[in-house]
Amino acid sequence: MNRLNPRRLLLGVAAPVLALGVAFVVTSAILLVLGDPVGEVWSTILSWPRPRQLVQVVNAATIYYLSAVAVAVGFRMNLFNIGVDGQYRVAAFAGALFAGQAWFPGPVNVLLTIVVAMAAGGLWASIAAYLKVRRGISEVISTIMLNAIATGVVQWLLLKVAVKQPGSNTISTEPIPESSQLAGLGLIPGATNKVYTLIVVAVVVGFGYWFIINKTRFGFDLRATGRSETAAVASGVKVPRMVVTTMIASGALAGLIGMPLLFGQDFSYGTTFQAGLGFAGIGIALLGRNHPVGIAIAALLWSFLDVQSNALQIRAGVASEVVFIIQGVILFAVVIAYELIRRLEVRLEQQRVARELAASRPDTPAVEGASA
Amino acid sequence: MVANQDIGFRVRRGTVHAIVGENGAGKSTLMKILYGVQRPDEGTIEVDGRVVNLHSPSDAIREGIGMVFQHFQLADNFTVLENVVLGAEKLHGIGDSARDKIREISSSYGLNVDPDALVADLGVGARQRIEILKVLYRGARIIILDEPTAVLVPQEVDELFDNLRELKSEGLTVLFISHKLDEVLSVADAITVIRRGTTVDTVDPTSVNARQLAELMVGAELPTPATEESTVTDRVVLRAEDVVLAGAGDGGRNVLDGISLTIHAGEVLGIAGVEGNGQAELVEVIMGMREPTSGLVFLGDTDISDWGTREIREAGVAYIPEDRHRHALLLEAPLWENRILGHQTEEPNARGILINASGAKADTERIVKEFDVRTPSIYVKAGSLSGGNQQKLIIGREMSHAPKVLVAAHPTRGVDVGAQSSIWDIIRQARRDGLAVLLISADLEELIGLSDTIQVILRGRLTGTFDPDTVSAEDLGAAMTGASRTEPAADPVADPATDAATDAVTDEGGQR
Repeated sequence: MNRLNPRRLLLGVAAPVLALGVAFVVTSAILLVLGDPVGEVWSTILSWPRPRQLVQVVNAATIYYLSAVAVAVGFRMNLFNIGVDGQYRVAAFAGALFAGQAWFPGPVNVLLTIVVAMAAGGLWASIAAYLKVRRGISEVISTIMLNAIATGVVQWLLLKVAVKQPGSNTISTEPIPESSQLAGLGLIPGATNKVYTLIVVAVVVGFGYWFIINKTRFGFDLRATGRSETAAVASGVKVPRMVVTTMIASGALAGLIGMPLLFGQDFSYGTTFQAGLGFAGIGIALLGRNHPVGIAIAALLWSFLDVQSNALQIRAGVASEVVFIIQGVILFAVVIAYELIRRLEVRLEQQRVARELAASRPDTPAVEGASA
Repeated sequence: MVANQDIGFRVRRGTVHAIVGENGAGKSTLMKILYGVQRPDEGTIEVDGRVVNLHSPSDAIREGIGMVFQHFQLADNFTVLENVVLGAEKLHGIGDSARDKIREISSSYGLNVDPDALVADLGVGARQRIEILKVLYRGARIIILDEPTAVLVPQEVDELFDNLRELKSEGLTVLFISHKLDEVLSVADAITVIRRGTTVDTVDPTSVNARQLAELMVGAELPTPATEESTVTDRVVLRAEDVVLAGAGDGGRNVLDGISLTIHAGEVLGIAGVEGNGQAELVEVIMGMREPTSGLVFLGDTDISDWGTREIREAGVAYIPEDRHRHALLLEAPLWENRILGHQTEEPNARGILINASGAKADTERIVKEFDVRTPSIYVKAGSLSGGNQQKLIIGREMSHAPKVLVAAHPTRGVDVGAQSSIWDIIRQARRDGLAVLLISADLEELIGLSDTIQVILRGRLTGTFDPDTVSAEDLGAAMTGASRTEPAADPVADPATDAATDAVTDEGGQR
């Protein structure tokens, strides 16, 4: 027996597959009841996307991935950073403001903006961390409130620094100089649009997340705290310090969410900047079981559903919002399925341990405690 | 059910039937099955000759089976009445009729429970009586008691046994799980011995002695915690000076009140006390998990009062916490990760800031072998092992970093006789190797057998020093409840001073 036993792998895959199945059935039932064309809807959603849409899927997944990893960092130590949404908006605004000043040439400007955005996100998250450690306020409550405050603060500051976009009534920060705009990568043949250059950031973040969580002492302490805070304290982990560090790390990662959009699409922060990404991240982290690869798959699935649903109105005559039902049901089902599978795993393992020990009994000496 | 391969026994109505066996022998699993928490793969349970199918504890209650757990399931900030009716509001409501019912049960079985007392004010013995009352209130005719004496001092044990005899005489049936054989012999009408998931025998307590019973249980000769020649040196290793820990809230009594103690190299200092008198907090202060309000702790000549837990552990203080599930293990992590826990920064677990997984795994294999941890592999989750094997893993881990001090809180609680004897051997070996050992235990035989000096803790103070060669368990029990100072411990149960003393328990215990 070792870590990668096939049954365990099978159980790991079973839960999400089960959840997708349930989502399929429930959504079909809803469509059926409402008299919508079930077959049309599924054939639209499940058709193979064209190259152009593939690029859209990959781009949206990049953003989702960053958001979900930011959430997952907290999840690994039972810290529920619901505030990724506010953190990324504060960070994107700060980053856009900085980049728009064009104090530095081309790529240097990009790198420094990323640093500024991470700092802003981390700083915003540190408020919640401080409140939790010093005042015992649940991070769930404080981050939710901070989301609302972030919306207001950003809006207010935006009005102060905004420039009017020519030929439109939206307002935004000063656009970043052309030398710092990233044209994108032509990864997918046949597509006219391009994949965000900063997909590189997502890859680096994914690898870094895996490495730090699984290979470092810090990551061990973090996971130990998530599994049992009392045991972590007894093992010498300074939990308040871990809370602060992790919360700030989560916020700093949240700061990255807006960067591919800023440098690859919008080139400024304005009223039309994509919202709600932080909340999507929570669901995706859950679906991907906080695992770097799992999150990537979940993010791709999410953005696939998003992109494919765009055509629903035209091809099936059904509002594209149907996709929210699908996504919601998937999440519900997956949470239940993971818990069921977890219990099953625990039971199976206990039974196996008991069985294997029973099987080995005839060989062991009768006197317990004698060292072998 | 593989934990239990073939268990069969019959319990007659109106008897106290004891089930004895080592931990890991399948007692807990058996209890879970009888109480409907777990379902058997094969076999049947009959009550009054009728086969019953228990899917859940509520089924068991319906069949008149009630369970008193080792760890009490009471809400401290509720009254007795509120605790009893909780979840059984349909029976007699939550008002006067419930109160009357409780009084009635209390008086007919001699439980002496006041329905309006606040649980937080009650001692361990009284809490246990509430648990018994709870199951009687729900109409149980068969009461299962899981290791009921583990938390009691000798005098309280006697009182519990009186209660059990009372229940028996009223026609109730008591299933009594224990591994304290003297107690089993004194109270049971029949004893079923289980070993490794099968019933070995059902014996009549008048026909066996404790030794024979133990040998049935282990299947081999029985260990005793015999004292050895003194190895105490005059080199002070651990010293506490006037440690005070203020209680929660204002006006609260100090949880630790001027504790001073000295442990030399090669010395085992035993701390006896009724649970909740400050021993848990003392350990937490020494381990750096709590800041003392005042007072100093020295390791050798170094003041470690304001060190963090990690620094203290790195400096060579090995720690066996009293609640291994909460403080010593990550139940959902594999054994090798648990090997790292508590020693995250030390060889062979770490290399710089990285975790050295291969080093930790190799060393886990060594511990599993040397300390006889029974497991199919080092990749199973810690929660899958039996209590004794978990404890052996913890001790193996703690002894693997050349410690100078061993802080052991209830090291053999909930472990089988076999593991118990190896744990005793390890502590004796530690003493021979010149460690300073702080041993906290509720098992007075263990304290007397292993310690060089025994101190009694009562309401946060060290109230007496005893020589283990001359003291008896009864003397210690009396000192632990404070009874010796008011009057001779003739009937400590009825003595109000005793109740007050045992009340020193719990409410601060759970908070950090």
